[in-house]
Amino acid sequence: MLLIIEQLLNGLQLGITLFLMSAGLTLVFGIMQIINLAHGSFYMIGAYVAATVAAYTGSFFLAMIAGVTAAAATGCIVEMLVLRHLYKREHLDQVLATFGLIMFFNELVRIVWGRQPLFMNVPDGLTASIELLPGLPYPTYRLAVIGIGFLVAVFLWLMFTKTRIGMQIRAGSTNREMVGALGVNINLLYTLVFGLGTLLAGLAGVMAGPILAVEPGMGESILILTFVVIVIGGIGSIRGAVAGALLVGMVDTLGRAFLPSILRTVLSTATADSVAASLSSMAIYILMAAILVWKPRGLFPAHG
Amino acid sequence: MLVVEKIETCYGVSQALFDVSLQIGEAEVVTLLGRNGMGKSTTVRSILGLTPVCAGKISYLGHPIEALQSYRIARMGIGLVPEGRQIFPNLTVRENLIATAANTRKTPQPFGLEAVLNIFPRLSDRLSHYGNELSGGEQQMLAIGRALMINPDLLILDEATEGLAPLVRKEIWRALTLLKERGLSILIIDKNIEALMVIAERHYIMEKGHIVWSGTSSELHARPELKSRYLGVDC
Repeated sequence: MLLIIEQLLNGLQLGITLFLMSAGLTLVFGIMQIINLAHGSFYMIGAYVAATVAAYTGSFFLAMIAGVTAAAATGCIVEMLVLRHLYKREHLDQVLATFGLIMFFNELVRIVWGRQPLFMNVPDGLTASIELLPGLPYPTYRLAVIGIGFLVAVFLWLMFTKTRIGMQIRAGSTNREMVGALGVNINLLYTLVFGLGTLLAGLAGVMAGPILAVEPGMGESILILTFVVIVIGGIGSIRGAVAGALLVGMVDTLGRAFLPSILRTVLSTATADSVAASLSSMAIYILMAAILVWKPRGLFPAHG
Repeated sequence: MLVVEKIETCYGVSQALFDVSLQIGEAEVVTLLGRNGMGKSTTVRSILGLTPVCAGKISYLGHPIEALQSYRIARMGIGLVPEGRQIFPNLTVRENLIATAANTRKTPQPFGLEAVLNIFPRLSDRLSHYGNELSGGEQQMLAIGRALMINPDLLILDEATEGLAPLVRKEIWRALTLLKERGLSILIIDKNIEALMVIAERHYIMEKGHIVWSGTSSELHARPELKSRYLGVDC
């Protein structure tokens, strides 16, 4: 039972990281109609800058500020220099350009930081574990990641539903020209949306820093999962990103943890382990296919 | 207030407007008449900077605006009620009204939510409904209210009452009369000539991208052949 709760928390923590990534990607994809393959690069930039600042200052807080600022600033510059010229182009052009950005940023990271991975320490004060239930200690840092993710989800919900800028962003997703004709600088608005998306990716990268190795190409492995999340949740929908991320996080984590022991009850150990490894790798894609059959536009499509 | 001088507008290689000139004064209601496809909406789009002009000048309150982006033109005080209403379907009525609301020029008695709901009381009961849940008439009221919320001095309505039931049309004309009394300048595109001749002072008739006639309501009334020739109205 304790193992199940622990794995549920692990799934939640992976889901939260995926949510931070997918919230940004779904905003950019759903609102600006841009396919941004380079979204993972901003995750990587956030992690690298944070790891560097943490190494120099010893402060995780400063590292976090630096990481998200660097990701957001890089995002705004990329939007103005590259993506702004692609809004009216076909999706294939956008894919090619943003794929080029992935290679550019991976190479840039190798030039600046080298090929060796960096490692980031868990921040002071969050190194211990909290005993959630008797016999169930859970790392404080992972709990903090879960808490920050929920705070971000609440912030995004409030921003999109309660503020005028959130309403303008939603309005712009259906009729960009009309929003401009009513006095809103839509170019600036799109730069801000892209900056917000990359800021969230950077935050995900910073928070993954103490859990994973910070290395070139780290954004690509999470990018695939992120696309699965937004397709499951419904493109352009923050609510969908939350649901999709939690589902994918849970299915991936629980599948890897429990499928081998479940299959061992009906198969030989060797066969069960091999089948379980394959099945758990496929689980989220099977989930995506099933949901698309049931709801072709995802669980919570953005425009009703 | 608005002066359009000899503008020409092209869509790629095909020219849609030829030497179009028109003027709208302060607190004046002017119409742009003509059959479908004669260039009325293109004229509106050119004024708002949505379709760039390839020649000619447009000035608003003495400032050239033909090279400005549409959001800057709107901020100078031109409110658009576009053809097809184009309300935001994924926003509620309240959100449609307040999302782009502004008073950038510090109008002393600005339009707010309450003022718009006083003009269109029917929207009060629909504030929490999404734009795509409204009837055509309600959508048009919302589109007018949304344009008023940016506090324009000039309101442009492209197809003000097209496809609306007679009772709803009456309500739109009543609202426009109220706005006229409030001192707003209005440019209306519509086919309801009888109502337009009551509310508007001057009229422009377009054909094939040209302004072919302009004059007052009494002059238009005295020329029934214009209506049948250019507007397809039997008199």
